[in-house]
Amino acid sequence: MESGSDKGTGGFSAMDEYETLISTTDADLLKRSWRNEKAAPEILQFESSLVQRSREQIQLMEETVGEFMQNGEDPLTVSLYQMDIDRTVFLLRSYLRTRLQKIEKFMFHIQKTAGLWSRLSRQEQKFAKRSIEDMKKHLEQSVLSKLPDRYKSHLKQSVISEEDDMVTEPKLDSFVICRSRKFLGGLPVDDSGEENPLDMYAGDIYALRYKSIKPLIESGQLDLV
Amino acid sequence: MSGQSDPRGSTFSAAELEFLAEDETIEIVPNLRMERLSLICGDFGPFRPQIATQVPIWLAVALKKRGKCTIRPPDWMSVEKLTQVLEAERDSASSFEALPFHYVEISRLLFDDARDDIPDVYMVRSLIEDIKDVRFHKIGTGLEKLSSRTYAMKLNLSAMEVNVIRPFVTGGLETFYKLGNPELIQESERPEHRRPQPADRGPRRELRR
Repeated sequence: MESGSDKGTGGFSAMDEYETLISTTDADLLKRSWRNEKAAPEILQFESSLVQRSREQIQLMEETVGEFMQNGEDPLTVSLYQMDIDRTVFLLRSYLRTRLQKIEKFMFHIQKTAGLWSRLSRQEQKFAKRSIEDMKKHLEQSVLSKLPDRYKSHLKQSVISEEDDMVTEPKLDSFVICRSRKFLGGLPVDDSGEENPLDMYAGDIYALRYKSIKPLIESGQLDLV
Repeated sequence: MSGQSDPRGSTFSAAELEFLAEDETIEIVPNLRMERLSLICGDFGPFRPQIATQVPIWLAVALKKRGKCTIRPPDWMSVEKLTQVLEAERDSASSFEALPFHYVEISRLLFDDARDDIPDVYMVRSLIEDIKDVRFHKIGTGLEKLSSRTYAMKLNLSAMEVNVIRPFVTGGLETFYKLGNPELIQESERPEHRRPQPADRGPRRELRR
């Protein structure tokens, strides 16, 4: 971090670029998580520390704004701070709400898949448990209890089904649109047996099958857009 | 089967795209004196009259609405640059000129709230409309190339363009993928002793025993 003394023209802008690459604010991270969550077919890992930090920042800012108002700070400044808070609150809410929608949609699938269940936050797990109970009860009371014995499961069509074929699962084969952060060479996007790897340059946007790029999204090398 | 999928499920709304575009930075020339703002999304300012500074668009628009600054339109939003872009777009049948990812939204935001800061605003506006039309026409033609061999489709387009074609592209690719994938078809044809039925609802047949 010697940028203070380095005021040379060429070196400085390169340094600047490097800084923007490495210094990503929580606001940016939250925006990225929100986008990914909105565009991914399945539920992603809950960003617990990011959500925690964003919450604290919002709270801190709200206190600051409260102090400003008491001290008779310029109303324009106050309103700008308030707008900034509102934007962050919107992102955070929309992020959490998107996750709740996915949980409601895939609750039985998430419940029986350990890898997915552990992606939920504790509050989300609580929510999922209650939704599952309510949904089960509702299905039983309204329909299942009136059907013959072999059709009484809320997970299976009938007792002869080998799998839980009444459970909605996210379609991992669906296509998503993603943008790369940096050069990614030889992506195995084609699983039909033909070797057809794809090179993606920074900023390229592609429609790809979610399944084939899932690890890259989880590791943050690709963003969904 | 297609009726069950929810094609709008993962799309962003126009308002959400605008929200994202509002975080892009732009140069303003304030006419007020205001201390540095330490916001959640970053630090901006200090603001001094006649001294240009970079801020996110939402901040620029908020100041502009109160008459506290003028906005300097980005370089690409000049008649000269846009004319070049439009010509290049028309010359090439398949490639797209590099424009900012949020060019549609940014120009919308500035046309709505900062008309008086854009030189030749009518010209700029109609050029952007023309560029949008030419590009959409090309996108439409490009989509005809979609086939069962497509496992990856390059879409170096802007945010709004991507969003508009998303349901069609992802739906189309998905259908081709399903049709081209032997396992997925075999699965629904496996029970040979049954009469052929619409092959889309595999599991339901179990009920008819």
